[in-house]
Amino acid sequence: MIRLLQEFLRFLRQEKKWWLVPLVVILLLLGLAILFSSSSAVAPFLYPFL
Amino acid sequence: MRRILGISAFYHDSAAALLVDGRIVAASQEERFSRRKNDARFPKRAIAACLAEAGIGVGDIDAVVFHEKPILKFSRTLETFLALAPHGMKAFARTLPSWLGEKLDVRKAVASGLPGLRPDVAHLFTGHHEAHAASAFLPSPFERAAILTVDGVGEWATTVIARGDGARIEPLEELRFPHSLGLLYSAFTAYCGFRVNSGEYKLMGLAPYGEPVFADRIREHVIELRPDGSFRLDLSCFDFLADDYLTNDRFHRLFGGPPRTPEASLDQRHMDLARSIQSVTEEALFGLVRRAHERTGERNLCLAGGVALNCVANGRLLREGPFERLWIQPAAGDAGGALGAALAAWHATTERGGAGAPRSAIQPDAMSSALLGPAWSDEEAAAALQVHQARFERLDDATLLERTATALDSGKVVGWVQGRMEFGPRALGNRSILGDPRSPAMQSVMNLKVKFRESFRPFAPVVLAERAHEYFDLDAASPYMLLVAQVAESQQRPVNPTATGLARLKQLRSTLPAVTHVDGSARIQTVTADSNPRLHALLSAFESRTGCPVLINTSFNVRGEPVVASPDDAYRCFINSGIDILVVGNLWMERSEQPHTSLPGTFEALPD
Repeated sequence: MIRLLQEFLRFLRQEKKWWLVPLVVILLLLGLAILFSSSSAVAPFLYPFL
Repeated sequence: MRRILGISAFYHDSAAALLVDGRIVAASQEERFSRRKNDARFPKRAIAACLAEAGIGVGDIDAVVFHEKPILKFSRTLETFLALAPHGMKAFARTLPSWLGEKLDVRKAVASGLPGLRPDVAHLFTGHHEAHAASAFLPSPFERAAILTVDGVGEWATTVIARGDGARIEPLEELRFPHSLGLLYSAFTAYCGFRVNSGEYKLMGLAPYGEPVFADRIREHVIELRPDGSFRLDLSCFDFLADDYLTNDRFHRLFGGPPRTPEASLDQRHMDLARSIQSVTEEALFGLVRRAHERTGERNLCLAGGVALNCVANGRLLREGPFERLWIQPAAGDAGGALGAALAAWHATTERGGAGAPRSAIQPDAMSSALLGPAWSDEEAAAALQVHQARFERLDDATLLERTATALDSGKVVGWVQGRMEFGPRALGNRSILGDPRSPAMQSVMNLKVKFRESFRPFAPVVLAERAHEYFDLDAASPYMLLVAQVAESQQRPVNPTATGLARLKQLRSTLPAVTHVDGSARIQTVTADSNPRLHALLSAFESRTGCPVLINTSFNVRGEPVVASPDDAYRCFINSGIDILVVGNLWMERSEQPHTSLPGTFEALPD
């Protein structure tokens, strides 16, 4: 995953597509929320926000 | 880097291809093993089959090459979403989970799909059209050629013109998403009620029943064909940017109604639409081919990409195009991307991470007649058949050929499973259903009773290459059934010219009625003793008996089923369909002697 992110950043730099960053960050946060919401320990804290 | 595994996956027709020291050792589509048509999942079964063919394990692989660049493709998805937001939110939300999984992190998908891969294995990625171009040129018989790849979309490119010289492929021009000939053809496929990425050849088969009455409307409102060979779609007719539906209300108003539902009847309007889009597609392809000729000045042309499976257009390009010779990758769709990716890595320079190998063109090509899948010995087949208590005889070659030719001559339908399975969408005589093309009833019998599919679809002839010119107006070899040509005038019969639509189907229009389409054309496969000795021998036996060197050759499957791979698949399909005789290697089976009238199928039926 780290390597993929590094590659994605390299791609954004090469192609000068920094304007995609906000969308990618939102997607990452969304992805993390989905990931953590499936783990019972964190779920109670996340459910109110989802 | 000696052993290179090419992979295409996650969209449609996932596949694997294996090179050992630059030689194409094996290639297969996942659908043949998973029994799910157009299977897009990681091709672990196809990979296992390729490795088994080479006698190596996962740990022996030196490089894994994926057929496209996921980050670029993801970026296109994001940019398209941003350009259209908030329109298209639902479709974006539907596709996002798959992107956040295996589609984007292909290395992870490869590692989990291939346990045992060495940590030092090279992970490489080619561009989608780079893989298509490599699959078109690198196995071709040409030292130099122009290359044209046309499909729905890869990362951004939808159409690429390139030049191939030795081992080098130089991209020259490209057209970009959303302006796509493949997506345009798919839009009409969906509009006429057929499944996208699989029903396009049905639309092509329907075209000769219609007239191109909508062609002007398509040129005027849907696609602008420019003098330089490029084209632009009018995006106000489509929804594919923002939704799963390809066409919108404007499109439906233009062409006289809502989309046809899959099982609704086909009327003259659908036939006219099919003919019209076929006509415009050919015109667009001619523009591209002329441009490729201008840019490269080459005498040879190599084609790949899903649009290159349009064999009607291919036949015209060969007859009327500016190029002298044409070679089309038999797995021209995305499955062939696996092979192209592996070949691209083998020949790419070391600076790009490739092996930097030189290339010499091989005659007639480097595809081994596209027979690149697994084979089963008679002993293995017998063991698989005994599980079903199948009743079979083992015959020597001469008896087998004589008996099969006799059965075909008496109107029997024969399932024919021999040697290595084909790579690509066509059955080329190793996983085929064969029949007598002289029989006027055979097209209807095979469509409705054997394959359970629509009666309008024509069958393809397979012919001894040395006698092809007597039956068809075709000067070139067509080993991969990718060229359509007219049945020779000497074989044609006069028909009532006033008949229209499906009424034309019943007319006897040649000495080979079962393989002659309503416009007098045929999708031809030529066979030589070198390309497929067993099939050549069978055709020769049929010719000795009947004087006719032609057979019907259709894929060994029923509607919605992938082509059979194993003897087990073949036996189940034989029992569940109307096939009279099954031949697997040298094993002979007759329907009337079998203990079953039906067997559970192993495939997931999908509309074809």
